[in-house]
Amino acid sequence: MSAVLQPAGAGNRRRIWRNAGAILGVGIVGFITFVAIFAPWLAPYDPFTIDLGRRVIPPMWMEGGSPLNLLGTDQLGRDYLSRLIYGARVSMIIGVATVITSGIIGTFLGVMGGFYGGRVDDAVMFAITARLSIPVVLVALAVAGLLGTSFTLVILVLGLLLWDRFAVVARSTTMQIRNLDYVAAARCAGCSPMIVLLKEVLPNIATHLAVVATLEMALAILLEAALSFLGLGVPPPLPSWGLMISEAKEYMFFSPWIIMIPGIALFVLVLGVNLLGDALRDMLGTDLSR
Amino acid sequence: MSALLEIDDLRVTFGGTAAVRGISLTVEKGETHCLVGESGCGKSVTSLAVMGLLAKGGKREAARLSFAGEDIRDYDEKRMSRLRGDRMAMIFQEPMTSLNPAYTVGSQMTEVLRRHRGTPRAQAVDRAVELLTRVGITAPGLRLGQFPHQLSGGLRQRVMIAMALMCDPELLIADEPTTALDVTVQAQILRLLAELQKDLGLGILLITHDLGIVARVADRVSVMYAGKVVESAPTAELFRAPRHPYTRGLLSCVPVPGKVKRDEPLGSIPGVVPRIPPGFIGCAFRDRCGFAEAACAADIPRRNVGPAHEALCILPEGARA
Amino acid sequence: MLHFLRRRLTVAILVALTVLTLSFMLTRLSGDLAISIAGPNASQEDIELIRRAYGLDRPLWVQYFDWLWRALQGDFGDSYFFKTRVARLIMERMPITMTLGLCGLFIALCVALPLGILAAVKENTWVDRSVLMVALIGQAMPSFWLGLILMVVLGLNLGWLPISGTGSWEHYVMPSIVLSFSAIPSLMRLTRSGMIEALASDYIRTARAKGLSRLSILVKHGFRNAAIPVVAIAAVQLGFMLGGSIVIETVFALHGVGYLAWESISKNDFPVVQAVVLVLALIYIGLTLLSDLLNAVLDPRLRSA
Repeated sequence: MSAVLQPAGAGNRRRIWRNAGAILGVGIVGFITFVAIFAPWLAPYDPFTIDLGRRVIPPMWMEGGSPLNLLGTDQLGRDYLSRLIYGARVSMIIGVATVITSGIIGTFLGVMGGFYGGRVDDAVMFAITARLSIPVVLVALAVAGLLGTSFTLVILVLGLLLWDRFAVVARSTTMQIRNLDYVAAARCAGCSPMIVLLKEVLPNIATHLAVVATLEMALAILLEAALSFLGLGVPPPLPSWGLMISEAKEYMFFSPWIIMIPGIALFVLVLGVNLLGDALRDMLGTDLSR
Repeated sequence: MSALLEIDDLRVTFGGTAAVRGISLTVEKGETHCLVGESGCGKSVTSLAVMGLLAKGGKREAARLSFAGEDIRDYDEKRMSRLRGDRMAMIFQEPMTSLNPAYTVGSQMTEVLRRHRGTPRAQAVDRAVELLTRVGITAPGLRLGQFPHQLSGGLRQRVMIAMALMCDPELLIADEPTTALDVTVQAQILRLLAELQKDLGLGILLITHDLGIVARVADRVSVMYAGKVVESAPTAELFRAPRHPYTRGLLSCVPVPGKVKRDEPLGSIPGVVPRIPPGFIGCAFRDRCGFAEAACAADIPRRNVGPAHEALCILPEGARA
Repeated sequence: MLHFLRRRLTVAILVALTVLTLSFMLTRLSGDLAISIAGPNASQEDIELIRRAYGLDRPLWVQYFDWLWRALQGDFGDSYFFKTRVARLIMERMPITMTLGLCGLFIALCVALPLGILAAVKENTWVDRSVLMVALIGQAMPSFWLGLILMVVLGLNLGWLPISGTGSWEHYVMPSIVLSFSAIPSLMRLTRSGMIEALASDYIRTARAKGLSRLSILVKHGFRNAAIPVVAIAAVQLGFMLGGSIVIETVFALHGVGYLAWESISKNDFPVVQAVVLVLALIYIGLTLLSDLLNAVLDPRLRSA
């Protein structure tokens, strides 16, 4: 006799909207990952080849453009499209590598603090508070300035600075799980704490950490772009999108497209990563990372 | 003379689900009318619908909905908000969360008077003190300056009642006012409500699931099931001669000292409250009723079965359980 | 509450000391400072001279405590490059950065709060979606790029605002807008979620049952509770903005502390770099404390806890 009815209207609209965001996010990130991986096959030219005779040529659809360089050339005559494609590699590698580094550090600290509590937790909380008091951009710039710029250095510095949210989320989820019955049961059964951690805790905090990972990846990409823009990130002639914007700024008043192209690429990538993160968070249903 | 509150064929739907499927009741001045039912039967929704406080997505229709002779069916939010808190007031189940934690008790009480009567602050404070004393709160001056989290549950509910009375309303709707409180506090609050009714001539619509409360304070009772009133009668009459099988089932679940035999199982009603799909016809109780017959699947007429006593059942008188 | 504050203060002081140490170690990272200062063409004698002149020949822990002692008194030494006291340099530039930060926060609040409230009241409608989209766009936008775009559009093409430098209040407009972009998304989302939660609460139902006006319910009852975490976060956001101002000051050539930091880094002016990192960190710590204090003041439930 009873029949369960679906609420019509608002609920469905929300679902469609959320799905659109998720699809867009996955699509963007997937596409750029694809471009990054297959760069050598996709790029029409070598991104480092200088051709001083063909400098600052506008994209093909603009006046003065040429079909030889679909997106034009930069101030040293290098093909913009090729640099853009290889720039995807820079952003993606730095994004992923930073997240892995900071993720490992942060998760380790957070789980330790959440699991053992007491003095260990006090130390972890202190470390997090101290880290939150450090102005990230400034310190990253200072280190790069002092030790010289390099690709690996950027990853290291950002990885060593961006672990705080991982730690916070790992810690709070671990604390919640620690008190659950099945963890207690595992410990009673004589399992060593390490095994309990690996088998019970980690799988359960994985999705929360994934949400944090997307947020931190977006942040890492933006930070690297800012550092490279200021000349203290990825060193030239590597095609970092931030660096490309910086190199292009002297021409921007006359040829605005020259800063628009890498800027839009950055914007779209970060947007995609954020959409992905939102989609993950919606799937999860909770919001611990804010 | 018209009743204080008259409801005729009230229907409330949320999206596709019908929460209230046509209920009628009246509350007279100076009378306590209890609306009884299990959780999910639509009694709280009824009270919210009367006050115009339905959540987003709730639609209300009625053949008649009048307060003190005024037809309030088409009142917009602005007109309703002028009635609410002034001539009709409501108190809720959870005193813990029903008060704003950021403001003092005093400011939350005085704002009602200032909103509806434009009373200056000093006078509003005096009135608040008077009412806090009336509801049995000692040191009212102190309480006015306190925040809700500093008061116990029983105190908070008294404050809610005092707050509801600030503008001297004619109708008080109380939605399970004692459910969240300790048993001893329950008794105090009920006694308080009864006294206030006597002194102020309040009409009270009391929503509850507890038959004990009904027995104690109600003048009239309406029993609700799956969105409809299945029986209504003066209290004594209902307890003396319940006609609807659901009412009988409810009453048999309540152990009465002296009447219940030892070592005999308490009564219970088999089955669960069903979800009613749209376009449903007939008695919603028929799947759980020991007397159900084929005719129960058709529209059931409201029958008069005693003095001021109506039931929504085709069972003839004298049928035994 | 006093006990709570005292504990926070102790932690804050310990953190400050930690950051002090870290920023000291920061500049010693590159190895021999004397060589960096002397430059690539210096002879061995020059390097030794410099080492002695700057006290770099003393043991490390001596240098550390010396610096610590002086720093506690506000003496950050002399800038290698500018030939003036570091403390004075920072004091001169700080008002500009502060103005920029406060303007940025003000704009952010003026945009984020109303939009957040609007989105909450019209939850799940197209208004809500548009507001959330604005937040998404703001989050994805690289600040320096936005700055450049505004420069081209507002500065050059429309000629409304000056492109760089610090002259009049007009010089602060574009940088403040860009800075506010970093804070708007999170403040807006927080306001929105706080309002949604507040509006769904039982005390709002009570307020409606009392017949209060719509405005009173929304602002007096709803926002008052939703605002508590927003205010606290706003204080922290101000800190982030001050930190992020380094990029924006550099783009717009605003001579604030951030620009100073960048110049000093490029010129290996270690005392300045050390001091700026420290000062910024102290401001962060102070703002976090302020945020906790605001939380306690605004939420009566925390006051007597």
